[in-house]
Amino acid sequence: MSEDAPANTVTAEKELPKDLAAAAGMVNVQIDGEWLQVPKGTRMIEAAKLVGKEVPHYCYHPKLSSPGNCRMCLVQMGMPPRPAPGQAPVYGDDGFQEIGWMPRPVIACANTVAENMGIRTGGDLVEKTREGVMEFLLINHPLDCPICDQAGECKLQEFSVEHGRGASRFKETKIKKPKNVDIGKNIRLDDERCIMCSRCIRFMDEVAEEPVLGFSQRGTHTSVTVHPGYRLDNNYSLNTADICPVGALTSNDFRFQMRVWFLKETKSIDINCGTGANTVIWTRGNEVFRVTPRQNDDVNSSWMPDSHRLSFNNLQTDDRLSGPLIKKDGKHLQSSWMEATAHAAAGLGMRQSDEVAIIASGRLSNEELFLTKQIAKALGTELIATVPRIGESDGKLISADRNPNTTGASLIWNTSDPAEKLDAIREGVSSGRIKALIVLSEDLLKEANFDSSDLKKLDHLIVSHTHANPTASHADVVFSGAGFAEKRATYVNVTGRLQRANQAVIAPGEARDDWESLAALLSQLDENYIPPASMDSILNHISSEVSEFKGQTFGSIGDLGIQITETGVTIPLLEQEKARVESGQIVG
Amino acid sequence: MAIIKVERPKLSIGEKIYFGAIFKGMVITLRHAFRSLVGKTTGAKELNSSGVGVTMQYPEQKWDDQLPEYYRGAPALVTDERDRERCVSCQLCEFICPPKAIKITPGEIPSDNEWAKIEKRPLEFDIDMIRCIYCGMCEEVCPEQAIYLRPDYVITGTDRNEMVHDKDRLYEIGGKRVGLVNKWNDLK
Repeated sequence: MSEDAPANTVTAEKELPKDLAAAAGMVNVQIDGEWLQVPKGTRMIEAAKLVGKEVPHYCYHPKLSSPGNCRMCLVQMGMPPRPAPGQAPVYGDDGFQEIGWMPRPVIACANTVAENMGIRTGGDLVEKTREGVMEFLLINHPLDCPICDQAGECKLQEFSVEHGRGASRFKETKIKKPKNVDIGKNIRLDDERCIMCSRCIRFMDEVAEEPVLGFSQRGTHTSVTVHPGYRLDNNYSLNTADICPVGALTSNDFRFQMRVWFLKETKSIDINCGTGANTVIWTRGNEVFRVTPRQNDDVNSSWMPDSHRLSFNNLQTDDRLSGPLIKKDGKHLQSSWMEATAHAAAGLGMRQSDEVAIIASGRLSNEELFLTKQIAKALGTELIATVPRIGESDGKLISADRNPNTTGASLIWNTSDPAEKLDAIREGVSSGRIKALIVLSEDLLKEANFDSSDLKKLDHLIVSHTHANPTASHADVVFSGAGFAEKRATYVNVTGRLQRANQAVIAPGEARDDWESLAALLSQLDENYIPPASMDSILNHISSEVSEFKGQTFGSIGDLGIQITETGVTIPLLEQEKARVESGQIVG
Repeated sequence: MAIIKVERPKLSIGEKIYFGAIFKGMVITLRHAFRSLVGKTTGAKELNSSGVGVTMQYPEQKWDDQLPEYYRGAPALVTDERDRERCVSCQLCEFICPPKAIKITPGEIPSDNEWAKIEKRPLEFDIDMIRCIYCGMCEEVCPEQAIYLRPDYVITGTDRNEMVHDKDRLYEIGGKRVGLVNKWNDLK
């Protein structure tokens, strides 16, 4: 702002765009003929993104440093010519200086914008350079597309359609490099496909902080390798396969399972720990093929731990329960939901309120926890607890709390520690005081230090779970539930963010969403209870009863979730990322 | 448009009786009957018939050697000169197939296999011949020249399962095909 300029001078002209922009910490940039203001220090590639121009690139990743080594993002740049000594800059009618275009292109990923800068993301020069870069990248690239897992989501394929030639001019023999190399538990390396973008190297160095990858050899023989004596066994290794723009790094788990173009994407969240990393579930038919992280800068950045993303393999197993069971003469028999619910309710209805307890799970959704609370209320019991799952945080994305919804349980049950009464329940079962127990999505014998002789003391045990387990084998009634990809539900993560999981597949056989079986049980116990029509109406109930949830619906949560409370917990990886953004290492 | 009144043709006495025409027709029929009895049916040679009647005695007699080269019969998988299965299960045919007749389960070639360097092959490859419309898109889309429409058109079965050609059956129909581009050669 020209505050220091004398206000009364007659020569004072209207303010120039550069001054207006500078006052707001912005600069004026012309991108493909269009002037706009962008924050100072913006990379050219990000500035182009603002006007909807995608500059093709391989090595650049907003979450990683920019070495600028793939040369794909070359654009033409121009600045006002430097005035001769004593010459005043000349401004046009629009207030901008004329741009003198540079004869050679610059990379858009590592250069920042400047005042009065011009960027051309198209045109003869840019097109020619892109074609040239593409041709060099494809010289030694094998014709692996039919067997390559990356086909269909390969940047090299996409840009070669746009900027490549139909046929190769390269007559010589292609360089041979190691293929199908076992470099780690989850990752397979194919050096011939690599285009030396170094994203994986930078990821392992900067984010995973275990720099085991690097380049060896020189020139066309350059190849990505693991440091001798090391393996890529980091728990974040599969992220390198995600960011690899080609098929050089592929997932062992997803290897040759299905072509990506057959897969349907469902946005969801991870429920293996309190972080609740945002994910995409990739399905075909009723089968989950892979889970990948989805960018959410308030939860998981763009990453996800391997252990969590591969956990979907535990869902579709042989010991999956596919219908309700009732124990008759010591044997579990297939039953109908009507019969099982009636049997479960009959065993509960006659009890004194202090003879009944409920062990729910921190893995249950808000809706299920809310119904659990209502069931406890209908039974008149105060004995309701979750099973704590406290591990160790890995200092990145895995939270110490391995339950995805402890915060949700605290909010909905209005308690500081939802697991607080677990010891009392265990003691009550062991002493025989508690006669009837409802267990939801937990295996007490394995996870909560219960003894099978204690469970035998119970008159009535109701277990709801997705899989057959030792606790369920003691149960009088077993409800078969839906797993993580099989239900739509909401969770609150450790930082207090309400997030939504979406249904990607249908639960097998007669298995039901837990809220349906809980609501059915509740309407048997309380004749005044009107069962909810859908998940949405349970969330409506919650929002009217729990202040933090006020006004929240499945729609308002959105794909990226919404902060409903502040727990004070932070996600270490995000803090590290914030520091790197502040120091200017990454765009973020 | 002006209305044109069409007159009925005036028939002669002979035409009105119409016995003449019937008799004429019977003569033609009898002549054909007689000629075919002595094995001289008109067009027997062109139609590749036995000479006994104009009708081709299908399925004892077939026209297979007259099928054009571009005839589109049952799709089948082929092997190359060295009995390598050409298909790498890229699933493009499964994707392009308009009636969704193709179902592929991809698999990895075990490392002790001679062709382990190709890494991938179909574990299962099923074509439902009830669904197949013989359009030939699978052949056109195949980047490995592994699937071809063969001249086989007699695809029958007594139940639905029999009409699904599995991998073995497909290679049996397809057989060996030589002279194709050998992408996965020793250099590769």
